Amino acid sequence: MKIELLYFANVRETIGRGAETRTFGDDVKTVADVLKALGDGNDTYAAAFARPEGLRFALDQMFVGVDARLRDGAELGIFPPVTGG
Amino acid sequence: MIDTRVQSAPFDVAAETANLTAGRGDIGAVVSFTGLVRGDAGDTLTLEHYPGMTERMLANIAAEAETRWGLSGGLVIHRYGVLPVGAPIVLVLTASRHRADAFQAAEFLMDWLKVKAPFWKKDANGWVEAQGSDDDAASRWNN
Repeated sequence: MKIELLYFANVRETIGRGAETRTFGDDVKTVADVLKALGDGNDTYAAAFARPEGLRFALDQMFVGVDARLRDGAELGIFPPVTGG
Repeated sequence: MIDTRVQSAPFDVAAETANLTAGRGDIGAVVSFTGLVRGDAGDTLTLEHYPGMTERMLANIAAEAETRWGLSGGLVIHRYGVLPVGAPIVLVLTASRHRADAFQAAEFLMDWLKVKAPFWKKDANGWVEAQGSDDDAASRWNN
């Protein structure tokens, strides 16, 4: 499954890039699975996702929870709580 | 119809208000809220946002306000980029026949922008953390 990943704010800074496309295996079905797949064996991603309760997610530009199911080609934004206004 | 804009450029409150009300005899009230960058003089605030999602969320929030109150029009402008302390950062204009709808809709729009518009602020001390008080302010509109 191919996912367009977008990172913002401190997540972007920790990972060192704002966007990337990744292809995941069949075991990756949810947002939580993506965090695990990226963080396993990679200290940079593990650090960025160390506190998942402090992260927010947008699937195809709509807020979702960490258990949201992905679709092939989806856009997944990963970022800290927003501070608009 | 509440228009929404995401831009780096400054805005002119008087010009936008005049534009909103020009030729309209049905508008009896306009509420204007301008948010400014707080901090020490000379410092800057950097606003990052999620292009695409920001526009979508602003439109969603504006549409929600329209369903809840009787509005004759409105405007939301949210800026991004590097802004000096004291600079205007966000504008909310709401227009209605009588003042109550305009007042309440403006407050609602700001409360929801705070927690639903995908912006992030960085100042001299680093990334600004989201405030629980903003969640509380937004949740009072949930019923």
